[in-house]
Amino acid sequence: MQLRDEVELLRRVPLFSGVAPAKLKLLAFTSDRVSFSSGQTLFKQGDPGDAAYVVLSGSADILVNSQSGEIKVATLEPNSIVGEIAILCDVARTATVRANAPLETLRIRKDHFLKLLAEFPEMAVEIMRVLADRLSHTTAELSEARSELRRKTH
Amino acid sequence: MDKNLAVYIWRHTSRQQIWILFIILLSMPTYFLSLDLPKQIVNGPIQGDGFNTPDAQQTFLKIVLDLPDWLGKIEPVVLFEGFHLSRFGMLMALSAAFLLLVVVNGLFKFYINTFKGRLGERMLRRLRFQLIDRVLRFPPNVFKRVKASEVATMVKDEVEPLGGFIGDAFVQPAFLGMQAGTALFFIVLQNFWLGILAAFMVGIQGIIIPKMRRRLIRLGKERQLTARQLAGRVGEIVDGISSIHVHDTSNYERADIASRLGRIFKIRYDLYQWKFFVKFLNNFLAQVTPFLFYAIGGYLALRGQLDIGQLVAVISAYKDLPSPIKDLIDWDQQRLDVQVKYAQVYEQFHVDQLIDPAVQALASKPATPIETPISIYNFSASDDSGARLLENITLDIRPGENVAVIGTAGGGTEALADAIARLVWPENGRISVNGADLLALPEAVTGRRIAYAAGEAHLFQGTIYDNLVYVLKHYPVRHPAYEGTLASQREWEVSEAQRAGNPDHDLRSDWIDYETIGAKGPEDLSAAVEHVLEAVSFSDDVFDLGLRASLDEKLHPAIPRHIVEARKALQTRLDEEGLSGLVASFDLALYNTEATVAENLLFGTPVGPELSNANLAANAYFRSILTQSNLDEALYRMGVEIARNAVELFRDLPPDHPFFQQLIFMTADEIPDYQALLQRVQDKPFAAISEADRRRMMKLTFSYVEPRYRFGLLDDGMMERIVQARMVFHDNLPDNLKGAIELYDPEGYNKSASILDNVLFGRVGHRHADAGDRIRGIVRAVLDDLDLSQDVMKVGLEFNVGVGGRRLTTVQRQKLHVARALLKRGDFIILNKALSSVEQRTQEQLVRSVLGEAARDGRKPAVIWVLSNPNLARLFDRVVVLDRGVAVEDGNYDHLMSRKGVFAGLLAS
Repeated sequence: MQLRDEVELLRRVPLFSGVAPAKLKLLAFTSDRVSFSSGQTLFKQGDPGDAAYVVLSGSADILVNSQSGEIKVATLEPNSIVGEIAILCDVARTATVRANAPLETLRIRKDHFLKLLAEFPEMAVEIMRVLADRLSHTTAELSEARSELRRKTH
Repeated sequence: MDKNLAVYIWRHTSRQQIWILFIILLSMPTYFLSLDLPKQIVNGPIQGDGFNTPDAQQTFLKIVLDLPDWLGKIEPVVLFEGFHLSRFGMLMALSAAFLLLVVVNGLFKFYINTFKGRLGERMLRRLRFQLIDRVLRFPPNVFKRVKASEVATMVKDEVEPLGGFIGDAFVQPAFLGMQAGTALFFIVLQNFWLGILAAFMVGIQGIIIPKMRRRLIRLGKERQLTARQLAGRVGEIVDGISSIHVHDTSNYERADIASRLGRIFKIRYDLYQWKFFVKFLNNFLAQVTPFLFYAIGGYLALRGQLDIGQLVAVISAYKDLPSPIKDLIDWDQQRLDVQVKYAQVYEQFHVDQLIDPAVQALASKPATPIETPISIYNFSASDDSGARLLENITLDIRPGENVAVIGTAGGGTEALADAIARLVWPENGRISVNGADLLALPEAVTGRRIAYAAGEAHLFQGTIYDNLVYVLKHYPVRHPAYEGTLASQREWEVSEAQRAGNPDHDLRSDWIDYETIGAKGPEDLSAAVEHVLEAVSFSDDVFDLGLRASLDEKLHPAIPRHIVEARKALQTRLDEEGLSGLVASFDLALYNTEATVAENLLFGTPVGPELSNANLAANAYFRSILTQSNLDEALYRMGVEIARNAVELFRDLPPDHPFFQQLIFMTADEIPDYQALLQRVQDKPFAAISEADRRRMMKLTFSYVEPRYRFGLLDDGMMERIVQARMVFHDNLPDNLKGAIELYDPEGYNKSASILDNVLFGRVGHRHADAGDRIRGIVRAVLDDLDLSQDVMKVGLEFNVGVGGRRLTTVQRQKLHVARALLKRGDFIILNKALSSVEQRTQEQLVRSVLGEAARDGRKPAVIWVLSNPNLARLFDRVVVLDRGVAVEDGNYDHLMSRKGVFAGLLAS
């Protein structure tokens, strides 16, 4: 796969859809193309976050540790980004990500990502929009879950 | 050292000075004769005095012993009748005698000068050694106020003129004085009034000039002082360069340096002006006298009161007069000058509380272990500013106990550790071992039985191994056996060292004290080194350094063969584990996608500049191969595409943007150049492109790796053509290029590549996650299986740590310090926040393994560890808590926890 194909794929990631192609090309160039075989771990819960991954092809499981072992909370599909929270706010990885099929990713290093955000405000705004969107979804889900819980306990 | 330079010189060189004075005295008669001869030549054979008839003869070399009258009336005894010579024969004989005197005088001078030179150099050696010896004996607080570079310039440059002077200190005035006196005496003998005249002029010269030169000395002193301060400032700038960068104070520093340089300039310029004025005056006075001689002497000769021969002799004697006088004046100036320098150096190196030489005396026996407690009694200490570091500390450190020292911020814990290591001296109280004051104990005891490591880790430039075993170099243990010229060389070294008051310990001996650490010799030592490196988990770092190093075959002749075996074992292993995709191996018949285009074309490592990436496009043979394989244009076109992509990606970024680190084949400055170049070559056919432009584009292609840059420029056809060109390149390689490249050979060891590259024999794939780490793990396992890891470790131990250890990270430096503190096998091991830079999470494990290593083989040293993390205190037998320099709590961990005092508070915060 060549740089220009990667740019095409990046454009389909909602986070980057509003960013100019030239900037995306720079992002792709400064990122590493990394392949994972099925079962290989991208990162572990609790690790310090040093990079975000954009899935180009294949799929991966997002797993969270619990008392009864790892619980799968979501599946990553192509064109999705994972690990961006840890690099934005310097917290440890909140989940483990493991490939469940041969996986092709673009590994965006933390300092590069932050540098791009600082340099191109439109990208920062776009990211904020997506994160706010995600937050409102999560909040909605939370309140739904709470009311569900209340209904059940009553 | 004596305060007075003359006394200092006389004390060490009196015998030689007297000898050389004697020699000078001996040389005086010939000197006098050489002055007298011209008169005889001119008056005798030339003027015809005594040769009144053409066949008149005179006697030459008639030696008569004519005793003075008061010894009794004895007829003169003729010892030698002499030769009877004609006028011409006499001229030749006298001239020959003159020549002989010149030679004898010259030989005297030669001997005297060499002797003086040697004397001076020996004294310089003695003085320099004494200065360094003093630095080694300075009390610790002195080092807080002296600048390293200033001390260095003093020892190196400022005492240098002293060396030149010492040889002349007594000899020069005596020699010159006698010379001048002889010349003056001679002139007086010829004509009393001319002699008085000469003496008068010399007197003026001797009084005025030195007075004027006083100012020169003062300026010289200022120059020396400002230059030394400049050296100090330059040293500070280099040491504090990071502070300058992070605070944007570079221009402040520039201003400071510029103003200093301005001051130095002014002083130097004044110096020059005055110096040349004095020179002018001096020359004038020297030249006026001959004028007087010509005028007055000529007048006297005309009147017949002086014969021509005398006049010639007076003038030629006078020629010899100003230069000794001038030299005498110079000598006097030099004397004042070095006196001042010496006084300054003396002052700088004369500090109170100098450590007694007996404390550092060389003890060539292993020290007896310290088996009694170290008792700290009422110990108080302050820092330079007078702030209290420790206040009335009283405690015992018993042999074999592990003590954690914990403190509040500014609690004085570090000072306590330094005090036990003798780095902080008490104001009150003392530390004693078995009743003896710690400070009075020989360093041979404390330095061998007490180990110390601090967080601020300084290393000497040298290999890791050198730095590790440095702590064991107490005395020359095994002397090398010398034979033949080496033996006489050694003898010379010893005798010269003794003459200059230097110690004659042999640096080439084996200084490593194996016995103290229970090792029998170098073999045991390497096992001990491995243990301590493992304990501080530094082994992996050393192993990696070894892997990345290229091998010195002279030092390790056996390794290359084994590495080729390891290469094959790695292949098998990767195949077995299904990981062969991690490494793209070199295969003569295949294109290696993970390697650069140049690597693929050459299929070898360039040795020297001819075929390096920068010069490859200009190499005639290489280019001829490209043309032959029709790759010329294709590679050029690729270069154009790479340039186009790079310019498009990077043209909007500022030149210092960190992304440029990703751009290996081009620098930020080259972007505009390539932008212009692209426009210039746009749409032009290949034939119309200049050779220089072609080269610049091809240079880009040579560094291109498809999976890394992903511009999509290499297809299968292209790769195949490159492989074919490679074959042609190898087949016709001319002899003059055979040394410029080391071809990849699956069966051979590549000397120019690192050990890792040799084991891999290929390139690690860019696309596999953590490929580098995984490969390194597998390589390690393979080398372990083949028993090669130790060899690689040895190569790693030869890594040069750089100035002050800067080629290692802070953590690595700290680990190295702890490792060598352990290596010493002391009875008390003091670790002063020694691993403070290590990540919190791994600290606990490190503390455990270090304590374990200290107690290995049934040893039980006391470990005193100043911790920055109070949580780790639970790993110790005893915890001492300091608050504002006072020991507030002391006991075991559980006991202190239950007291809910300062320690519990520290843990909770």
